[in-house]
Amino acid sequence: MSKRLDPALAVFLALLAALIAFAAWLPAWAQSLLSIALATGMVVLGLTLLMRTGLVSFGQSLYLCLGAYAAGILNSKYGVTDMIIAVGAGALVAGVVAFLLGFLMATYRHIFFATLSLAFSMILYGLLVKSADLGSTDGFNLTAPTIMGIKLEGALSQRYKLILGAVLAAIATIGLWRYLRTPLGRLAPAIRDNELRVEYMGASVRHAVHVKYTIAGLLGGIGGALAALAVGHIDPDSMAYWTVSGELVFIAVLSGSASVIAPFLAAAVFETLRMLAHDYSPNTWQLSLGAAMLLLILFLPGGLASVLVRRSREPAP
Amino acid sequence: MKLRQLYRACCALAIALLSAAPAGAQDAAPIKIGIVVFLSGQAAAPFGVPAKNAAELMADSLNKGGVLGKPYDKKGFGGRPIELVFVDEAGGTTKQVQEYRNLVQRQEVDMIIGYIGSGDCLAVGPVAEELKRLTVFFDCGTPRIFEDASYKYVFRTGPHGVMDNVALALYTLKRNPNVKTIIGINQNYAWGQDSWNDFIESMKALKPDVKILDPQWPKLGAGQYNAEISALLAADADVVHTSLWGGDLESFILQAAPRDLFKKSLVVLSAGEHVVDRLETQVPQGTPFGARGPHNYYAPDSELNRWLRKSYQERYKLTPIQASYKMAQAFLGVKSAYEKAMDKNGGKHPDQDQIIAAFEHHAWEGPSGKVEMKLGKGHQAVQGTAIGTVKHEGGKAVAADIERYAAEKVNPPEGVKSLDWIKAGFK
Amino acid sequence: MQQFLAVLIDAVNYASWLFIVASGLTLIYGVMRILNMAHGSLYALGAYTAASFVGFWSTHGYFPAGVFLMLIAAAVTVGVIMGPLIERGLLRLLYGKDEIVLLLATYALFLILEDVIKLGWGVDAYYVSQPYGLLGNVTLAGLSYPLYSFVVVGVAVAIGVGLSWVLNGTQRGKLLKAVIHDREVSQTLGINVSRYYMVTFTVGAILAAIGGAFTAPQISVSLGIGVEVIVLAFAVVVIGGLGSLPGAALGALIVGLARSLAVHYWPAVELFCVYFVMALVLVFRPQGLFAAPELRKI
Repeated sequence: MSKRLDPALAVFLALLAALIAFAAWLPAWAQSLLSIALATGMVVLGLTLLMRTGLVSFGQSLYLCLGAYAAGILNSKYGVTDMIIAVGAGALVAGVVAFLLGFLMATYRHIFFATLSLAFSMILYGLLVKSADLGSTDGFNLTAPTIMGIKLEGALSQRYKLILGAVLAAIATIGLWRYLRTPLGRLAPAIRDNELRVEYMGASVRHAVHVKYTIAGLLGGIGGALAALAVGHIDPDSMAYWTVSGELVFIAVLSGSASVIAPFLAAAVFETLRMLAHDYSPNTWQLSLGAAMLLLILFLPGGLASVLVRRSREPAP
Repeated sequence: MKLRQLYRACCALAIALLSAAPAGAQDAAPIKIGIVVFLSGQAAAPFGVPAKNAAELMADSLNKGGVLGKPYDKKGFGGRPIELVFVDEAGGTTKQVQEYRNLVQRQEVDMIIGYIGSGDCLAVGPVAEELKRLTVFFDCGTPRIFEDASYKYVFRTGPHGVMDNVALALYTLKRNPNVKTIIGINQNYAWGQDSWNDFIESMKALKPDVKILDPQWPKLGAGQYNAEISALLAADADVVHTSLWGGDLESFILQAAPRDLFKKSLVVLSAGEHVVDRLETQVPQGTPFGARGPHNYYAPDSELNRWLRKSYQERYKLTPIQASYKMAQAFLGVKSAYEKAMDKNGGKHPDQDQIIAAFEHHAWEGPSGKVEMKLGKGHQAVQGTAIGTVKHEGGKAVAADIERYAAEKVNPPEGVKSLDWIKAGFK
Repeated sequence: MQQFLAVLIDAVNYASWLFIVASGLTLIYGVMRILNMAHGSLYALGAYTAASFVGFWSTHGYFPAGVFLMLIAAAVTVGVIMGPLIERGLLRLLYGKDEIVLLLATYALFLILEDVIKLGWGVDAYYVSQPYGLLGNVTLAGLSYPLYSFVVVGVAVAIGVGLSWVLNGTQRGKLLKAVIHDREVSQTLGINVSRYYMVTFTVGAILAAIGGAFTAPQISVSLGIGVEVIVLAFAVVVIGGLGSLPGAALGALIVGLARSLAVHYWPAVELFCVYFVMALVLVFRPQGLFAAPELRKI
């Protein structure tokens, strides 16, 4: 286990660097698609971290939504338009909530973990639907964001959103890759396999799960803030409803938990699939998307990560 | 700093490539229109598909040329044939914003007509400004679109939803001047909340001593209303207001009518026309209902309306309902604005800015009568409306006791927010 | 007092409907450990097929009470066709995989079936209120209730009693319990496990379709009616304890009562009272009200 960067991660970082350098050449629709994919990938990265310990959250939209609303409220109600502050606020709010809920969630496992997280996300949904000041289900628009005092308009704003997403994705993947190499990080698969044995060894499973849950919430908040910036509009139906969590879980399974870069690739694959389904079968896109999902589940059960990890020599996280 | 130089060079190249693209429309090249309406989910049957049908009917008829009488007898838009691309509106705003970009940038449509959901309209508006593409909302209801922002590239050819409930309040008071208590059952989402608010604020302004009871808020798509109906029966109010639509309204009527709710209270339907059309006599006699404008039952007996009803009936074996009327209205609005701009341009095909200039403060005749772009700096339509009462006649439902309301009476003046206007006693 | 009686009646009516849709979900989970997201689609298929069958029956003018037979026939038809098709055609290929993979497979199936329904029946709504109007009304607690609601209560009770009898009182039921307890040992003892799986899934599908079929006369049968059902049934099953039939019954009653209380006394919270109850139960009893806590393997 060397300290050297895992090759798949290195390639991914190079790809992100290329994306940042050549963002201007990408057609605008692709920039927007990639921005959303990076935002979604960030949330899914958190989900896969939990999946490594055997936990599946069916309510990760809670943190996506908190992050998005924190960024959105700052932006449109308080006039704080800076993108970096928006993302920071999203991370902070989601992280704090995840830390607090983590005390409870860390004692739950399996389907009970999944269902309790679902219940929390739906309670948030219900609260947002009832809040007329935030536009109820219609939501509200963000004003044009700025970055470090520079006002961004049109195509430029689009590009900076993509660059910000790419930079954050790079930081998140490196950070998580390093975390997974610490003793606490290495506990994850052990907890999944056998919790009791981990406790006999003297480690606190509850603490380890709590930390992972908080990180996942934090990543969810960042992803939510990025999504709010990329779309420019937020509402509870496309941020908090249970179908959103369902989609996130699907992307997480498509990704697999064995790699820190697979979530972003899986999110890009999913967004592209959905776009093509809409393009080629506007009347039956659900059927096309569902069929594609089934094929992926049947033929790629370990997710994209299984492909990435097999290719690279080292057992990458 | 080599990277930055490279980057600058790239940018310059990109700009050069883009500006080298051929500008201006070629003669008789088709106009590609993106149509975004619900093709799946619960809004497909009551709104999405009737609108899609009307769009197909309009495109085919206009492309033949001369099917509609003057002034719509020219082929397509000013001689250019129309080509349609359909997108499903289902799936939420994140998806819709992405699909909008796809329509403009990958499919390269010349304009977009669509959007039924208010959330979708709110989200798409700023993107339309960013991408500078003419976008016409034909149906969505929230007044926030042009009251909270102003747009250059966005137009709405259907009046906003405030008018429906103001007119309904006026009608309710005319039917029952002694109304003392009001209760409501509205879906627990923005449209239901706004409709209820507009209605009770109008009632309060018109009759300050009216008592508002705690309303019911079933969730969207609930389908089962037995408990709510019990609570409404127990409340025993004079008036029950509802803005339910589609399958939810149908289910509500099917469950409430046998339990005599319609006999106990005056149930008023703010947007019930499309349901009366399908359920016919299963909607109890004497129920007031609106149509989100003077559509279908309330449409004038004009040549245009007769043509729409006849050709829609022949093609789809169904009556055109409010969404179909509104789609037809949007098509004729864009067509007449396009041709107006063409005349101004000396008979040459206009560019997008010229169309927009002609569209602002435009007025035209649709199958539901006159439409004027009077609000939102000439981007938001106003229209009169009408409310009537269900009457059973030969196994069918028709509208009786129709009251018509002029556009000025049920729409706020330019620059005044709807809710302020209502609260100030419609001043 | 009168209002409280109305609350109880509404609670029981709603709970009966919930129990019918939740029983199939909990049965499938209990035996196969699959959280079937396509349950809502099977519900919708049941409603659409019932609409077609009842429509056929009524237009041919056969004796009116037969429409109730049509509702059951529709549910059985849907279950017997779709159950084995889904279980043999798809789920069988995924046994042994993670629970979450099976869940996602059924989610994909849900998307596919939504469009299949659209292709089969079109987008326009169907109305089959004949069975609803047939029985007339009864006045209870000063309010008028349709007798049909109590038919649904009867169906729910019949399903509950019938399932408990099969599970606890018959040899097949006892063998099924063995399969639930340990699939591999059961197989070595000569129990045809895959047949039990197929039959269980089919029965679950029939139950989902019965839910849809008996709801069809009260509603406008239109696209998207299955979406709400999944998450509601899911909440009921989680409150009661996954895989537990008495749990589903109790969960249905609790949710029914909570919702009815909300509607009558505090309508603004109707939207999330179900999830609030769910979170509350889970916080104090993570495994739900009836399921036993799982043993931890060393």
